[in-house]
Amino acid sequence: MAGEKLETVDVVQEKPEGPSIKSFGDFIDFLKKELKPRGNIVTPFNIISLPIMLLGYAFIVYRLAVGLGRPVTNLNQEYPWGLWIGFDVVTGVAFAGGAYVLCFIVYVLRAEKYHPIIRATVLNGFLAYLFYAGAIVLDIGRWWNIYNPMVGNDFGVNAVMFLVAWHFFLYMLAALIEFSPAIAEWLGLRRVRKILGAMTLGAVIFGITLSTLHQSGLGALMMMAKSKIHPLWYTEFIPILYFVSSIFAGLSLVIFEGAISHKVFGPQIDEEHNKSYDDIVIGLARICAVTMFGYFFLKALLLVHEHAVPYLGSTMGFWYLFEVIGFVLVPCFMFVSGAQQKNLSTIKFAAVLTMVGIILNRLNYTFIVYNWYVPLSEKYWPAPMELVITASIILTEVWAFRWMVNRMPVLRKPPAWAIEKEH
Amino acid sequence: MDRRTFLKIIGAGVAGATTGNLLTPGKSSAEESLSGKEFYGILVDTTRCIGCRRCEKACAEVNGLPIPDISEKTNEFILKNKRKTSDTQYTIINRYETEKGTIFVPKRCMHCNQPGCAAACLVKAMKKRPSGHVTWDLNCIGCRLCMISCPFDIPKFEYNKAMPRVQKCNLCWDRFNKGVLPGCVEACPTQALMFGSRRQILEEGKRRIAANPDKYIEHIYGEYEVGGTSHLYLSSVPFEQIGFRKDLGTVAYPEYSTGFLYAVPFIFVLWPIAMLGINRATKKSKEDEGHHEEKGKH
Repeated sequence: MAGEKLETVDVVQEKPEGPSIKSFGDFIDFLKKELKPRGNIVTPFNIISLPIMLLGYAFIVYRLAVGLGRPVTNLNQEYPWGLWIGFDVVTGVAFAGGAYVLCFIVYVLRAEKYHPIIRATVLNGFLAYLFYAGAIVLDIGRWWNIYNPMVGNDFGVNAVMFLVAWHFFLYMLAALIEFSPAIAEWLGLRRVRKILGAMTLGAVIFGITLSTLHQSGLGALMMMAKSKIHPLWYTEFIPILYFVSSIFAGLSLVIFEGAISHKVFGPQIDEEHNKSYDDIVIGLARICAVTMFGYFFLKALLLVHEHAVPYLGSTMGFWYLFEVIGFVLVPCFMFVSGAQQKNLSTIKFAAVLTMVGIILNRLNYTFIVYNWYVPLSEKYWPAPMELVITASIILTEVWAFRWMVNRMPVLRKPPAWAIEKEH
Repeated sequence: MDRRTFLKIIGAGVAGATTGNLLTPGKSSAEESLSGKEFYGILVDTTRCIGCRRCEKACAEVNGLPIPDISEKTNEFILKNKRKTSDTQYTIINRYETEKGTIFVPKRCMHCNQPGCAAACLVKAMKKRPSGHVTWDLNCIGCRLCMISCPFDIPKFEYNKAMPRVQKCNLCWDRFNKGVLPGCVEACPTQALMFGSRRQILEEGKRRIAANPDKYIEHIYGEYEVGGTSHLYLSSVPFEQIGFRKDLGTVAYPEYSTGFLYAVPFIFVLWPIAMLGINRATKKSKEDEGHHEEKGKH
């Protein structure tokens, strides 16, 4: 961690007007300079993460060469979806939900209080889509056909998956536009910055609409698995549950990521932001608490509505209560008490619990309570290569995030010329 | 082109770009084929099946799959276990010991009238043909949602291939187009399988039940299950005793996702308007702006 801190000190002292890029050649020179690592490369994080990433890349090549079956994944005819879809894509997208929620708060509701964390959150959301949702390329068996839903001639326009695919793609564009002013500031492109800044509200509104639809759409994918998902989890309202839970899933990740960023990128963060940081986290905790209670209430309502109460006495019932009480209701109350007592550690712990709950929930739908009647010995369990590849994708995202935060005005103040433009 | 036509075209283009055919979700890709020609299918009379596995062999020959050994000795051994269709076996026979003796049940794709697999497919690789055949095509991207959406667990994926395919019975689509019977039907020595239009085989099934009310139970599996299937089964014992699920309901599977699909155009239209409205409503007045400026820039 010490290495990263050293690294960031240089950045803060950089000249405020940024580079002057006049031609494409300048841009390449600038990029070459920026691509070089800054500060100490030999840090504990790098030493641990680099070998995992390289191993993961090797496994990815192996997967493309031999296919999805063993030893790469434990997927089988009973369990078509496993860790890559369940965790990387479905959970990853829920965690990326913080971007659209905060955009709604900051740009639509104009709650300026949360402005200091908007760029880091949007960047995180964009990278999550790029890497985690991008991991879908590895999971789909016939990946060379991936462009078919976009430029093919047989559009399955009535398929939920068609919608989700398009919305992923369009949302990535929207998130990129939302973040792009930071890129323009990094490159010192004043005119471009102005144009991109003017596009923000449009991109935000488009992005929130897309997010509403594909967050719930991920749940709608499971609608036709009616006979396979345990009745405690299957309801016609899965899409709504997915949407509501993406709100607190995303915000919990924002709290979690913020806590780490503050340690790692501490020196970049200006004092004003630092002072308001606690207040921001407490505000986020309040939003989480309210949405989680709403979610819990909805869950309870659906339990009765779907006549699923009798199942609560079974083994599956315990597993259900473990998820809903242990990882929804408990962190919900922790958020409340943490916000009331202004206790940040309680809030952070609640955020971690919430994230575990979301992982459980999404994996339940993809393989744990999916085909719940299959005997335990035949159940899907992630293979080592699946785990390593997943870890390497997450770490690559973290590296990309660190690289961008260290070079672009994400956590630190934008250059003076850009701030003047903003008002 | 007059102004009205022009506006119509533009309007349709915008609606298409944002919602696709989603404004009419009831008309799913699976259902489109309901109009027009009759669906074809197979009537499977489990009281006639002797478990010789010749249909399995014929299926393998027709589809270029590994040819199974169907000698009596092997059959005795193979039929001990309850099997499922696989990426190399589109049709299989299982043996069940019941109150009415040993019953053999051939199993393969049910060719649903409104297949979940076809409704799930985002590139229409899985398709319900106008003749009722549910077929798979090479433009598939391999997402495997068809496997998740199939109530009968029929589509199988070639996990151990670099260029995998989704494999399942296609009711011998190629042979149908040449006017030849499906491989399994042709090979069956006891006429346990009967190919025909769904109307014909349903009538025949009902006729057999009416003629032998003691032999058959009064239920044709597939007549109403999941909205009806093109494969229909007759049995002498309740279907749950011979490996059929009775909890699948009579609703066609694509219907389960229409609720969500209906919401899509509404959200697409109402969300942006609502958000723009909120954004305008929360805008500070001129005096507040000045106050904000004084407070300084963050």
